[in-house]
Amino acid sequence: MKSAVVVFPASNCDRDAQTALKQLTGNNPHMVWHGESELPEVDLVVLPGGFSYGDYLRCGAMASQAAIMPAVQAHAEKGGAVLGICNGFQVLTESHLLPGALLRNAGLKFVSRPVTMTVEETQSAFTRHYSKGQTVTFPVAHGDGNYFADEETLNRLEGENRVVFRYAPGDNPNGSSRNIAGILNEKRNVLGLMPHPERVCDPLLGGTDGVALFQSLIEALG
Amino acid sequence: MTAITPEVIREHGLSEDEYARIVRLLNREPNLVELGVFSVMWSEHCSYKSTRAHLRRLPTTAPWVLQGPGENAGVIDIGDGDAAIFKMESHNHPSFIEPYQGAATGVGGIMRDVFTMGARPIAMMNALRFGEPGHPKTRHLVSGVVAGIGGYGNCMGVPTVGGEVNFHRSYNGNILVNAMCVGLAKKDKIFLSAAKGAGNPVVYIGSKTGRDGIHGATMASAEFTEAAEEKRPTVQVGDPFTEKLLLEACLELMATDAIVAIQDMGAAGLTSSSAEMADKGGSGIELDLDKVPQRETDMTAYEMLLSESQERMLAVLKPGREAEAERIFKKWELDFAVIGITTDTKRLVVKHKGAVVADLPVHALGDEAPRYERPYTKRAPTRDGVTFDTARKVTDSLLTLMASPDMCSRRWVWEQYDNTVMADTVQLPGGDAAVVRVHGTNKGLAITTDVTPRYCKADPFEGGKQAVAEAWRNITAVGARPLAVTDNLNFGNPEKPDAMYEIVAAIDGIAEACKALDFPVISGNCSLYNETNGEGIYPTPAIGAVGLMADVHRMATIALKRDGDALILIGETRGHLGQSLYLREVEGRETGAAPPVDLVAEKKNGDFIRGLIERGRVDTVHDVSDGGVLCALAEMALAGNIGAEVGVAGVQPDAIPFFFGEDQARYLIAAPPDTAIAIDEAAQKAGIFVALIGKTGGGKITVAREGEVTLARLRTAYEGWFPAYMSGEELTPTN
Repeated sequence: MKSAVVVFPASNCDRDAQTALKQLTGNNPHMVWHGESELPEVDLVVLPGGFSYGDYLRCGAMASQAAIMPAVQAHAEKGGAVLGICNGFQVLTESHLLPGALLRNAGLKFVSRPVTMTVEETQSAFTRHYSKGQTVTFPVAHGDGNYFADEETLNRLEGENRVVFRYAPGDNPNGSSRNIAGILNEKRNVLGLMPHPERVCDPLLGGTDGVALFQSLIEALG
Repeated sequence: MTAITPEVIREHGLSEDEYARIVRLLNREPNLVELGVFSVMWSEHCSYKSTRAHLRRLPTTAPWVLQGPGENAGVIDIGDGDAAIFKMESHNHPSFIEPYQGAATGVGGIMRDVFTMGARPIAMMNALRFGEPGHPKTRHLVSGVVAGIGGYGNCMGVPTVGGEVNFHRSYNGNILVNAMCVGLAKKDKIFLSAAKGAGNPVVYIGSKTGRDGIHGATMASAEFTEAAEEKRPTVQVGDPFTEKLLLEACLELMATDAIVAIQDMGAAGLTSSSAEMADKGGSGIELDLDKVPQRETDMTAYEMLLSESQERMLAVLKPGREAEAERIFKKWELDFAVIGITTDTKRLVVKHKGAVVADLPVHALGDEAPRYERPYTKRAPTRDGVTFDTARKVTDSLLTLMASPDMCSRRWVWEQYDNTVMADTVQLPGGDAAVVRVHGTNKGLAITTDVTPRYCKADPFEGGKQAVAEAWRNITAVGARPLAVTDNLNFGNPEKPDAMYEIVAAIDGIAEACKALDFPVISGNCSLYNETNGEGIYPTPAIGAVGLMADVHRMATIALKRDGDALILIGETRGHLGQSLYLREVEGRETGAAPPVDLVAEKKNGDFIRGLIERGRVDTVHDVSDGGVLCALAEMALAGNIGAEVGVAGVQPDAIPFFFGEDQARYLIAAPPDTAIAIDEAAQKAGIFVALIGKTGGGKITVAREGEVTLARLRTAYEGWFPAYMSGEELTPTN
């Protein structure tokens, strides 16, 4: 699997994504500057966590207008895989590659802690190595992770099995609608999630629950 | 131009004698711009005029020290060509006036000190002291400071991995916000601030200059009054987004060999950075202020020189490398301007709108700054009697202590800090020291900050020793070898002989402990004049420390890990209750002597513990400090969700002093019974006090002949106080 990680100004989990991808795929991902207009030939594009453009205006809003984004859009339209983690998820909703929006956390504070989630959907390139209903623990670290969409959209997401990760009951860190932690697009090749799988790929760092996500991608994308 | 009247001099925080010294050095009267420059360069904050003579007593060298005090931060060798660069610095007064921005810019400032030397910041810590919880301002200050630290550090993508939070009435009008940053560099790629050579371009990089923060350094060098809030315009506003770009751009430029010298513009901004760089390089600097990128129109030379706008750096490049550097900064969308040139005149010459507005000999600003041997009044350490109600139930007192503001869980705080970004944090907040892995290796850096101000108030000398010893112990308790410290010396008004004594004695204590433990001071900061309306803070010499472990797989944590482990107490327990948390929280008294620190025992016991961890014999260790043995055990039990049975042992047969005494040089460890027997024998053979005091298991803590308390109840007490307090529950003052 060939991959690329987009680097926006003040992305700060770009290196973490790079480290995890290198560790699990054996290849160094391409690090792609936001000012580029083309992506290299890759199977997976990662929009990493961080505070692109300082989260000024709205989280992800300015990054969604970056020069590289039309290429990311085209990659997704062609069926290429796109993974948006944390700020990357915010960029995906701002770019309308995923529906809904990520609002300020319900508690109005930044939340950094491990959260338990259930894997709701394993029919995807991102989650085939998990089992349905499996409980996994990833860390979250965000101030704006409160997933919001109108009722119709939420019903549709659930009806089409596009809610992939859901916070375990009682462990919703941000007030997200229906405990949603991560969702797929209609074509199921774009995943956005607030928790950080790339930070749990090493037993020394509090777990390896993130490994299966990358292994799923490696198997699905070759 | 404004005439220099005695009033103008006073407003600049300079005494009559100091002004006379300026006139003598210049052989003329300074103009207003020059007076402004002197006022910041000769401020306590920049010149260390009251402390310099005493700081000399601190040990600053060791074979592994690559750079001691005097640069932007200290540097130690951590093997394999790697270097750790670190420093701690205060942002106390701004944080009291405007907690969010004060704390945020404190974080930004210390990060710049570290990355200006070529390091990528890899961990942050914060030592915070607030007023008593019942004080009407405290909650607001806690909330703002924590949000500010998180707001800046989280955006930078540097994990905040720990620190301290204390509450005490002595900080009601003057909180302490001390931020520590640890960075990683290659030891042959360290950048210094000496602007050597003439004819080199001086470049300005980062944010534009505005009118914010003018005279911040002067503000940090005077006592506070109730009118302090009027100084809000002197608090800078942070922009972590720009700082993140500045970090990446600087590291990219540093990967070339275009830089001669570089320094951040911190306190006193452009003035101190240019004067210090010229001074260290034995050169002069000529600046043209018209070239300075400006955020506001019509700024005067005075304003530009004294602005403390954030996220700015000054660099001296090799001639002809400007275009290469500019390309990097334009890529990161940052301002870049050549604003001057180095000279061989040893003078700082500043031009504005075609005229020379300041022309000063560099040495007058630095070396010739006044130094004071301020008078101090020695006072005997507090020794008054320690009495306590022997009928109190130990388990009730344990619950009281675990729910007390200084002992309870700081989860509310650290959950607002991203502590796992960079994917190398192998020990999270809540243990004795945080541990971050050196990226791509198995090495780990252990980091802690420590001081116990109530000990320092009772006995500044022993308190200074204790702060160092506890930091050393915390590094040891995770299995790392303590290497060096940074000190953040927070005290009251040095012009008062009582406060000056605290400074002198605490420095003596720190020096003695650092020497005995081979633990040099490689960087630091003094924050004096921490007084409001004449009331000084408790002396608070915060010690930040860094240690190295060879293999993070052999790291100890505080969490109990198995049922049936033996609990082993290392170190002598006499039951020292003077100045203990127990006396304060349970008996409502701050009395008695501070616990004495036996540095020989510290070293012996610590080396023994570290040996056990390094050899893989022990994985569960907690240093015994605030709250004594029983609080240490309770923290271990809660962290591992495993209970324990425990009883008194050794020379102290009385339960209260045994369980809550704060004797130093002690560790509580847990190990399987066979290992425990071997450890017991080895300790006895080495002449180390050792006592088997219980065993692990179950869901409660049972104290022999005293009673029991379930972990669930303990957890509620321990985890409950902070969130309840911050959500606004009414409280009665506790200290």
